[in-house]
Amino acid sequence: MLKILKYSFFDLIRSRWSYVYLLFYLLLSFVLLFLNQDLSKAVITLMNVIIILVPLIGTIFGVMYYYNSKEFTELLLAQPVKRSSIFLGQYLGVALSLVMSLVLGLGIPFVLYGLFQSGAIWNFSLLLITGAMLTFIFTALAFNIALYNENKIKGFSYAILLWLFLAVIYDGLFLMSLIMFETYPLDKFTLIATTFNPIDLSRILILLKLDIAALLGYTGAVFQKFFGTNLGLFAALSTLMIWVVLPVLNIARKAKKKDF
Amino acid sequence: MIEIKNIHKKFGKNKVLKGIDLEIPNQGIFAVLGPNGSGKTTLIKSILGMVVPDQGEIFIQGKRTHANGLYRKNIDYLPQIANFPGNLGVKELLGMIKDLRGGNAQADHLIKLFHLEPFLDKKLSNLSGGTKQKVNIVLTFMFDSPLIILDEPTTGLDPIALLHLKELIQREKEKGKTILVTSHIMSFVEEISDEIVFILEGKIYFKGNIHQLREKTQQTDFEHAIAHLLMKNHA
Repeated sequence: MLKILKYSFFDLIRSRWSYVYLLFYLLLSFVLLFLNQDLSKAVITLMNVIIILVPLIGTIFGVMYYYNSKEFTELLLAQPVKRSSIFLGQYLGVALSLVMSLVLGLGIPFVLYGLFQSGAIWNFSLLLITGAMLTFIFTALAFNIALYNENKIKGFSYAILLWLFLAVIYDGLFLMSLIMFETYPLDKFTLIATTFNPIDLSRILILLKLDIAALLGYTGAVFQKFFGTNLGLFAALSTLMIWVVLPVLNIARKAKKKDF
Repeated sequence: MIEIKNIHKKFGKNKVLKGIDLEIPNQGIFAVLGPNGSGKTTLIKSILGMVVPDQGEIFIQGKRTHANGLYRKNIDYLPQIANFPGNLGVKELLGMIKDLRGGNAQADHLIKLFHLEPFLDKKLSNLSGGTKQKVNIVLTFMFDSPLIILDEPTTGLDPIALLHLKELIQREKEKGKTILVTSHIMSFVEEISDEIVFILEGKIYFKGNIHQLREKTQQTDFEHAIAHLLMKNHA
């Protein structure tokens, strides 16, 4: 698997898109730091961008890479390599190169701005961890979608729909249900509904760490009240881990049964 | 060498293989023939483990093929369509496959044989179909495995390359290897194969050597004999 990972990774970091992605983050961080003139505030603004954008890039890149590397995959399938190694290697190649762009793109400007001397370093690391988690989650979901759909257009549409649903529609439905059932106690429902959406979870995770959960929305407040800050952080992080592990396991499972 | 027992495979509603039983002996060139869509490639891909059969078993040298695919170390496979990652160079591709398979690979004499030297640093997406097929052949023959599977090896080759390919196949046969070939070029099959299997609609319709086929169909010409087999069935 490591060999496949190596080839996928180098293939990707040679491609133009990784650099575009990196440049975008560099630019974004510099602009935010310039406008905010404050690391902590920049972290909060970045969070809002990352939580929407990272899943989108992860999904698109994942689907695109899978369909584009079809020839490579077919070549590998005739070699004495395990199927699960092929697909997991490719998945990790995509996810790691995206994470690298993210970490470098956000890290360099913040370090230059004096991140290590400021108190925002923990908040910032958590932001990076969440971004990395979201990349792993959405790339894995994208690979799942691509494995199940031979048709490129269909695969792309499902991937975009998934992102749209989790990033935008889910919140709307959630809010509507809260309003509809406002006469009932909704704490538990809120908690459960949140764990089904990695984007919401990440948002809460960061808000908890920033200790402004109560200020931002019902879910955050419930989470904090229910778990307390530390336990809440832990619960949210482990749920995110589950969100990584399950789709990855399914990639390995589906890859074993597929015909090429 | 290869033992195929009762292989069934369907894609959706389309039953491609309907119970194939086949024994391929050690040493010799074995041709799998059949009209388009008869299941030749599916059969070959089942042997390679790229297609997972719905039913049945395949044994290679007495060992059952395993889902982990590590038995493919003893198989050299030439795919039907030479699809390569386009952003790699020819040299990089050769290096990568060598790295992935391990073992020693000798590509230099093959590269010379097919005059690929000027293309070594070119990207695969910029090569012509025939040149890609030559790269494909080099990739297949650079390893020294006891079993060689060739799916339509002649596609896109010029006459000189075709001659070299035939020589190459003969040489490998003399080393005592098993070679499995599919092709639609009947003269090619007639020239090289020791035994043929004719697959029709997912079943084995004929198995034997060319002489037996001529006797069975009462045709002197190989091409006509095959055509006769086809027509008799469809009549």
